[in-house]
Formats: sequence, C-alpha cells, structure tokens
Amino acid sequence: MSGLISVIIGLAVIAAVAWGLRFIGRATTGNSPRFRDMTFAVAFGYVVAAIAVAAVIYAFAQSYSSDPIVANTYFFVWILIVAFIFFAVVAFVFRLAGRLIGTSGSRKLFRQMPLTASFGIITIIVYAFVAIFAAWLAPYAQDSYVGGVNIAPGGNIDTGGDPAFLLGTDKRGGDILSRVIYGAQNTVGIAFITTLLAFFLGGTLGFLAAIAGGWVDQALSRAIDVLMAIPSLIFALLLMTIALLWAEGDPTFITMSMIFIIAVIDSTRVFRLARAVGSGIVVMDYIEAARLRGEGFGYVMFREILPNATAPLLAEFGLRFCFVFLTIASLSFLGVGIQAPLADWGSMVRDGANYIQNLQIVGQDWVREADEETLAMLNIDKLVRQASLPLIPAAAIALLTVAVNFVVDWMLHRSSGLKS
Amino acid sequence: MGSILNIILQRLALGGLTLFIVSLVIFAAVSSLPGSFADAILGQAATPQAVAAMEEALGLDKPAVTRYFDWLFKAVQGDFGTSLSQANFASFAGSVADTGVTVADTLAPRFANTMFLAGLTAAIAVPVAVTLGVLAALYRNSIFDRVTNIFTLSSISSPEFFMAYILILFFSVLNPFLPSLSEIYNGMPFGERLENTLLPALTLTLIVTAHMMRMTRAAIINLLASPYIEMARLKGMSPLRVIVKHALPNALAPIVNVIALNLAYLITGVVVIEVVFVYPGIGQLFVDSVKTRDIPVVQACCLVFAAAYILLNLIADVLSIISNPRLRHPK
Repeated sequence: MSGLISVIIGLAVIAAVAWGLRFIGRATTGNSPRFRDMTFAVAFGYVVAAIAVAAVIYAFAQSYSSDPIVANTYFFVWILIVAFIFFAVVAFVFRLAGRLIGTSGSRKLFRQMPLTASFGIITIIVYAFVAIFAAWLAPYAQDSYVGGVNIAPGGNIDTGGDPAFLLGTDKRGGDILSRVIYGAQNTVGIAFITTLLAFFLGGTLGFLAAIAGGWVDQALSRAIDVLMAIPSLIFALLLMTIALLWAEGDPTFITMSMIFIIAVIDSTRVFRLARAVGSGIVVMDYIEAARLRGEGFGYVMFREILPNATAPLLAEFGLRFCFVFLTIASLSFLGVGIQAPLADWGSMVRDGANYIQNLQIVGQDWVREADEETLAMLNIDKLVRQASLPLIPAAAIALLTVAVNFVVDWMLHRSSGLKS
Repeated sequence: MGSILNIILQRLALGGLTLFIVSLVIFAAVSSLPGSFADAILGQAATPQAVAAMEEALGLDKPAVTRYFDWLFKAVQGDFGTSLSQANFASFAGSVADTGVTVADTLAPRFANTMFLAGLTAAIAVPVAVTLGVLAALYRNSIFDRVTNIFTLSSISSPEFFMAYILILFFSVLNPFLPSLSEIYNGMPFGERLENTLLPALTLTLIVTAHMMRMTRAAIINLLASPYIEMARLKGMSPLRVIVKHALPNALAPIVNVIALNLAYLITGVVVIEVVFVYPGIGQLFVDSVKTRDIPVVQACCLVFAAAYILLNLIADVLSIISNPRLRHPK
C-alpha cells in the first residue's frame, strides 16, 4: 500500500509546486501575460516535464557510474536515450535535406511534414535497411553460440563486458547484437509477409462481396462476423494449439502455419474495410461504364476499384502491420510463435524475462546496505548484468510500431485534411 | 419502454446465436486434429486395445455431431470435461469420473482471479480515462494536451509486455514499491491481494486508458462547435462547467460504447499480462494449456473468453442504443 500512498503524495507535491511556480511567476514578473494567462494544467505540465528531464539526465549520468551494478542497471536507459537522440537528430537532418534537395514537389512535401512523421519515416528506413542487410551487418550468425555466457552489455571490461560483444551474450552464449539484427529480418519480415497475405485475402474477398452483392455478400459478411466475434489473440492461440499438434515439433511448419493463421484472422478486418470502400465505388458511373463495355470481373476489381481505394487501404496497411507485428511478437513471447533457430524479438524478451525478476533483489534495502563480501557471495554483479536483455528487443518492437503509427497519422491527416 | 426491452431481447438472441456458432467453430477446429485425444494421452507406444478403451471412456467413438451436442450441453451446465494433463493413464485405467481433475475445477478459481484483475483495472482506468479526456478537451492544443497525446499514442502502440517490464523496472526494481510477481492464494487478506494485483492492473490500465481517453477527448471536441455550447459560453459559464454540464452528457453515448469495447479488449490483453506477472488467472491457464496441448482446457478457456467478449460487445451495443434517442425510436 505504501507504493500507492507515495504516488498520491508525489502527485500532490507536483500540484503544489505547479501552483507555486505560477504564483511566483505572477508576482516576480509583475503579472506578465505569460504567467497571468497560464492555466493550472499548463503549469502542472511544465513541472512534470522538468521532473522527466531531470530523471532522464540522472539516469544517463548513472549509466556512467563507477559501480558496475549501477552502471549495468541503467544501461538500458542509456541505450534508450542515445537511440532517441540519434533518431531525432537524423529525422531533423532528413527533413532539412528533403527541404533543400529535390524537385519543388518533394520540397513542398518535406516542408509540410511534421517532425514526428519524419522521425517515423527515417525509423522505418533504418529498420528496413537492417532487415535486408542483416547477414552483412550482424557480426555473428543467428544460431551460432560464440564466446562466454551471460556477458554484460556495454563492451566495458570494468563492468563485466567484452568489446567483442557490444550488447553482451545471452544464457546460451549467443551474441545479442547479432540476434537483435537478425530479429529485425525475421520478426519484421514475417510480419510484413503476413500483412501482405492478409491484404490479398481480405481485399480480394471484400471487393468480391462489393461487386457481386446479393447472397455472396451476405454469406461472406455473416461468416466474417462470426470470425470477428472471437477475440483475435484467443483465436490465434486456439489455432496455434492445433498447428503445434500437427507440426510434431517441426519449427518451419509452426512458423508457416502461424503466418497463415494470423493472415486469415487479420484478413477479416481488411475485408470489412475493403467491402465498405468497394461498395462506395461500385455505384459510380465509371464502374457501370466498364461493365457495359463488357469488362470481366478481374478487370473491374483490379483496374477500376483498386486504384480508387488505394489511399484508405494504404493507411489501413500501416495500422494492420502494427497489429500483425504485435500479435506475432505476443505469440512468440508466449512461446508459440516464431521458433528456435530463427532469432526473433518476442522470444528474446521471454528468454530474458527472468533477468528482470533477478534484478528485483538489488532494490531491497538489506542489499543496498550489505558489505562487499555479502554482495560477492550473492553474486549480485552477475544478477544485474543483463536486465537490459529483454528490454532491448521489447523497445525495438515498440519503436517500430510507434514510428509506423506516426507515419499513418500524418498520412491520414494529409489525405483527409482533418484537423485535431 | 417496451421497445427498449424488445431491442435488448433481440440483441441477446443475436448474441446467443453468435456464441452458438462460435462454439461450433471452436469444436470444428479442435475436431480437425490429427490422431485422437486417446493417442495424445497414451503416447506413441499405446496398444490398439488401450486406445480403443480410452476412446470409449471419453466418448470419442461416437459421431462428431453427438459429441458436439454432448460437449455443448455439459458446457452450458458448467461441466467442461476432464483435463488431459491432469488425467494420466493410471487414472483412466480405473474409471474416468472419480480420479480425473475436471476442467471446471481448474477454471473456476482462476476465473475469479481474472475477474478481480479486470475489475480492479476497470475501477482505476475508467475514471482516470474520462478525467484525462475531459482535461485534454478543456486544455486542447496546450502543452498538457500534446504531452498526453504523444504519451497515449506510444502506449497504444507498444506491446503489452514492454509496458509491463518498464513498470516492473521502475516500480519494483529501481524503486521497490510493489511486488513484480503476483502471488495469489485462496483466503488471502484483501489488502495484500490488492497490493499483489496492483502492478498488473496498472499495466493494463496504461494500455486501456490511452484509447478511452482519446475517444473521450474526440467525442467532446466534436460537440464543442455546436450552437448550444456557444450559447452556454456566451452566457459566461466557465469552460469546465460548459464541458462537464453541457458537452459530457451528450458525448456519453460514444464514451460508454468505447469503455465497453475496451473492457472487451481487456479480456484479450489479460493473457500476456498474466504470463508476465505469473498471475494465476485464466489467461495463464490458457497459455499453459496451449503449450501442453491440453485440448479440453483450451476449448473451455476459448469458450469463456469468447462468451465474455461477445457479452461486453453486446453491452456496448445495447448501451449505445439506450443512450441515443434517435436509435431508441427508429422512424
């Protein structure tokens, strides 16, 4: 309960400081408009932001601590901050370059682009680059177990690292950096293929329902309704059980059936959209003209409807990709997704999960006050070494989905011209 | 009043029909398995006689339609059959009923635990989401609004386990407030139980709140351009009163709808969170059974999840009809 109370006290303190900030601001600047018109929420926001910045700087400083336990504990935060600054700077430079170089059309595009969208685009480009060239970028193969086990990340020998393994090694001795890089290829690549398959299935059926109408439309729509009535993760897990029984331990079969299962489940959502968009287009005059010309089914579907439905489908593709990607990551995390010889982020998180639980011991008061000898006996140093192990792949997943969401947000904003 | 009752009954019947078809889908999926349950329990080395005896004991020798209705009628009465991982060959050698652990026995306490977790999450998430949504609408386009916007967008798009580990890192490792493993047992004092459930509940809250908050904000901002809001403003009402007294009641229909839909989402989200925190709920049981290929348990969990999901969607549907006069009295 003490945790809850301290959270409430913390919020109360922030509120008090915010009120004080506004009051002092008004008093010292002689009621300048900046402070006079400041709402309480804005003052509160400033205080929270200041605390957040201070916490980030504190954590960054902690990662350079001479105490290896502390340094290793905060290593993940260090990676997060450095990656964030790196991507933000690159995004800014990317947008600046786009504004100066290129045709007038592309320059205009970049001028209107918000920083979040440019952040998203550059992140996606980096991921795609890493995924395609994984074999050249990774220092080791994904299934080779090299060097010692449980080497700390950071490459600093003082904190238990090894310069040959920048992000350390896992409990089987696999190089984490290589596995993260190959994970980009496997996890992102498989998610991409699955989304393409889902769009092919759902899009074709949706357009078919829209063009044919009548009983075809009714039968397809009701069948899809039933499939959508089962929560997707639960349905995926049920079907994966069956796939596991069929596979009899064959990892390729499990991965392939996972792709197919998720594609089918997600195609139901694509079907809904494709049907809705398609039935709006089918009633247009040019479709009627094409039909009167005697064009076939396929021509109407792919040459008349598809080009006119590209914009909403493309935005949906981004969102679907995120869902598929997260579902695959969740399944792999639960142990029934992408299988062992392939390195992937979801199962890396699961493999490393116990390191976080181990780390919990460090926070205990008696450990903080214990002498060197006890610490050595407990092997604390080793315990905390790899807390960042599950967090790096988890953050890699989160970063990509956030990036895709930023880009989709911007695309929707552009295509509809919608404001807030 | 009669029309409302009619609508509700109609929706309930539709929900029941959906659930029936879903149960059919689940059964059909499971029936397409290679080999039989008997093979799965007895292993490769079983003699044909043993397999046949087992099949008879489990009723597997009957045709699929009979088995389906048997299963369905028993499931409706709360009997989901016998768990495969609990029942081993020895217990089957005697009789099926007295030694095997039934699925319902395993399921019931875990179902209660999951309901506790979901209830706690809803109790925290709904007020927080509505308050934040109202505040974001009130101070729209301010720093507060932008920060919450970025924060919610990131928490919607992160995987559940990432949020869970970040919270564990901050609230139970770096600052040891709360336990990172949820130990729940029968007859646990309520306070202790609350403390052990708080961290998973907070993680789920983070995920669910974001969506509800964004919808609340959007629903209120949508209304702010209406003439009656302008009238209230011109009367000289304070912005907070305008939103709480005039905009919020009219925005209630979409908000309630989104809340119910998010509670339905909670049912799915619970699976990963329970695994992360080793919380003894139905989600963890489900994942464990998937891994051990314990078909009866998987079937039962699936049915329970689907029923809860359909029920919550149904509630969302009914509530949005009741709260909207135009849907209540169709022309």
